[in-house]
Amino acid sequence: MATRTDFGPPDYRTMLPPIIARNYGKWKYHERVKPGVLKHVAESGDELYTVRVGSERLLSTDKVREICEVADKYCDGYVRFTSRHNIEFLVSDKSKVEPLIADVKKRGWPVGGTGHSITNIVHTQGWIHCHTPATDASGIVKAVMDELYDYFGRMDLPAYCRISLACCLNMCGAVHCSDIAILGIHRTVPKLNHEIIRTKCEIPNVIAACPTGAIRPDPANKSVIVNEDRCMYCGNCYTMCPGMPVADPQGDGVSIWVGGKVSNTRSGPAFSRLVIPYLPNNPPRWPETVAAVKNLVEVWAKHARKHERMGEWIERIGWERFFEIANIPFTEQVIDDFTMAPETYRTTVAFKW
Amino acid sequence: MADEMKTPLLDELEKGPWPSFVTDMKQAAQKKQSARDLLRQLEQSFVDKIGHWKHGGIVGVKGYGGGVIGRYSDMPDKFPGVEHFHTMRVNMPAGWFYTTKALRQLCDVWDKHGSGLTNFHGATGDIILLGTSTEHLQPCFDDLAEIGFDLGGSGSAMRTPSACVGPARCEWACFDSLDVLQTVTRTFQSQLHRPMFPYKFKIKISACPNDCVAAIARADLSVIGTWKGNIEIDQAQVQEYARTMNIQTEVVDLCPTKCMSWDGKTLKIDDRECNRCMHCINLMTKALRQGKERGAAILVGGKAPIVHGALLSWVVVPFMKLEPPYTELIEFINKTFEWWDEHGKMRERLGELINRVGMGKYLKAMGLKPLPQMVKRPRANPYYFWREGVQ
Repeated sequence: MATRTDFGPPDYRTMLPPIIARNYGKWKYHERVKPGVLKHVAESGDELYTVRVGSERLLSTDKVREICEVADKYCDGYVRFTSRHNIEFLVSDKSKVEPLIADVKKRGWPVGGTGHSITNIVHTQGWIHCHTPATDASGIVKAVMDELYDYFGRMDLPAYCRISLACCLNMCGAVHCSDIAILGIHRTVPKLNHEIIRTKCEIPNVIAACPTGAIRPDPANKSVIVNEDRCMYCGNCYTMCPGMPVADPQGDGVSIWVGGKVSNTRSGPAFSRLVIPYLPNNPPRWPETVAAVKNLVEVWAKHARKHERMGEWIERIGWERFFEIANIPFTEQVIDDFTMAPETYRTTVAFKW
Repeated sequence: MADEMKTPLLDELEKGPWPSFVTDMKQAAQKKQSARDLLRQLEQSFVDKIGHWKHGGIVGVKGYGGGVIGRYSDMPDKFPGVEHFHTMRVNMPAGWFYTTKALRQLCDVWDKHGSGLTNFHGATGDIILLGTSTEHLQPCFDDLAEIGFDLGGSGSAMRTPSACVGPARCEWACFDSLDVLQTVTRTFQSQLHRPMFPYKFKIKISACPNDCVAAIARADLSVIGTWKGNIEIDQAQVQEYARTMNIQTEVVDLCPTKCMSWDGKTLKIDDRECNRCMHCINLMTKALRQGKERGAAILVGGKAPIVHGALLSWVVVPFMKLEPPYTELIEFINKTFEWWDEHGKMRERLGELINRVGMGKYLKAMGLKPLPQMVKRPRANPYYFWREGVQ
């Protein structure tokens, strides 16, 4: 039998619960009934309840089947997932909402992640399955969400707070526009294995891969030379060439970025900004990273006005005030010296002490 | 054997209230040697503070150049079950909706061929089937095809596009994001499955300016819903909101264009000055509805940092109607693919190419007229071309 190819994903229309198929494109409004529960009302008067449940993202087939069991029992065999790895149980019969919540809570699954809460952390593979990680992903996420667990099931924060994690600069999760981004970084130059570079790597491509021009050819050796003063440890050369590993148990760790967002509301989309350049990889629970994230959430929650995202709050009070209030040391790494650095330097004498 | 399965560091991550991925790994480990060795290798990483996967590896299925991520342990003698442990990216249904029947079929295929571990979902949006051996790849794909699931993208290809929940369950959808997603994905199957581009190309589709799939941050081509025309106001519902919300401080004062006013009885919007940021509509969804002429803005160039720094997508088409069969959008994507493919250097994303050669060249190639909606502000330097010559 010839293999069938290029048939594409299953038609989403075959996956929609009847109440959604019926009211597709005809929703009128929605309410947040309570943390983790949304009520969507259609022009037809139909009411759809969504119960949002946090997940670990890395699911065994046993767990997926358990999710199916719940969806069969309360949702006529339909379920969806969100862009932030949450599970959404879609309930057309209001009387099933509370029994569903009781059921999933009994299983230890958290209900929440709606409105002004801290919802699930978008993240990458880390040590579980990535070949260029500077830190783990699932381990840190679990440790941080354990600490912020109460915020998942509440909606009393000033605004949304999106936390994301990427285990290296490749940023599979595009975490660079998050209220709080946790990013794995390297701090040491690649360790050259000239034998591998000679036999397995295309040297012009390796040189072109370096964003700072730190790599130059070494024709005598048929290899490359790294100018250590120019290397920013991005690891892009290793992506191109297995003879230049940059991961290092002492050098690798975590950096923290704040104030980004993607929505166009009020202030518009923005990048997250570096505030903590390095915290150690400290498995299994990364206490320094957990404490840093918790501090940021608490400081923002205490000082921000209603509807102010992390970045909006900081832009209002000024970054100089933010570092003071958050009690974060201002380090040389925080001052940009990459390609678009000048636009971050202060060009006014109006600043605070 | 029992001793070897000790994972004291990972066991710490079974404590605490948030669901633990370690529990999932242990469940799978009861059935599969590969999952058992994955758990043991991860424990080793927690001890060593470093990953234990070798660099890359090219594996695949017949007819495709992508969709499978090759992965090999760097300690195969100690962890033979993960000597090869390749990931399959499986293209999810639009909006991540599933029947439990489809999910169970996926589980059956994966229990038969792989580790029994998955991600719902990967960062790009695919279903991730985490870890199988080389000889299982083709049979696994054949079985996936049997139940109607195709592979997603990897490498220098169009990556699996994704979209927000859209009109399936959101009153703010300005176009049918799921239908657009499915049309785009099906139209460009070859570009998805056969990496032939300079680098990766991401398309993300959000049906309103809230941008729930972060299209502006990570997509080379971002489709973000917006509208024209006046916001419809239901004054009675505004009054209802006024009972529980301070409309002046929470809505009017936070409007970025200051185009609203509230006298305690009537909410007024100067629609010509509204920039459609969604703040007021988000807060008062029963009372405010977007204008009737709906469509999307098309933005290009967004990306994460590698190689020359992160970029947010730039507006190049401020408004496009998006109705089936979406010919204008498909042609736009095709033209962009062609221009980038012709001019892009190896591993140069669209945004970096535009930055290198100049936005003007891209706009000209696309036949797009300059519009003030494309810029935050005009240039502040006198270094511009006069390519048409002086008459």
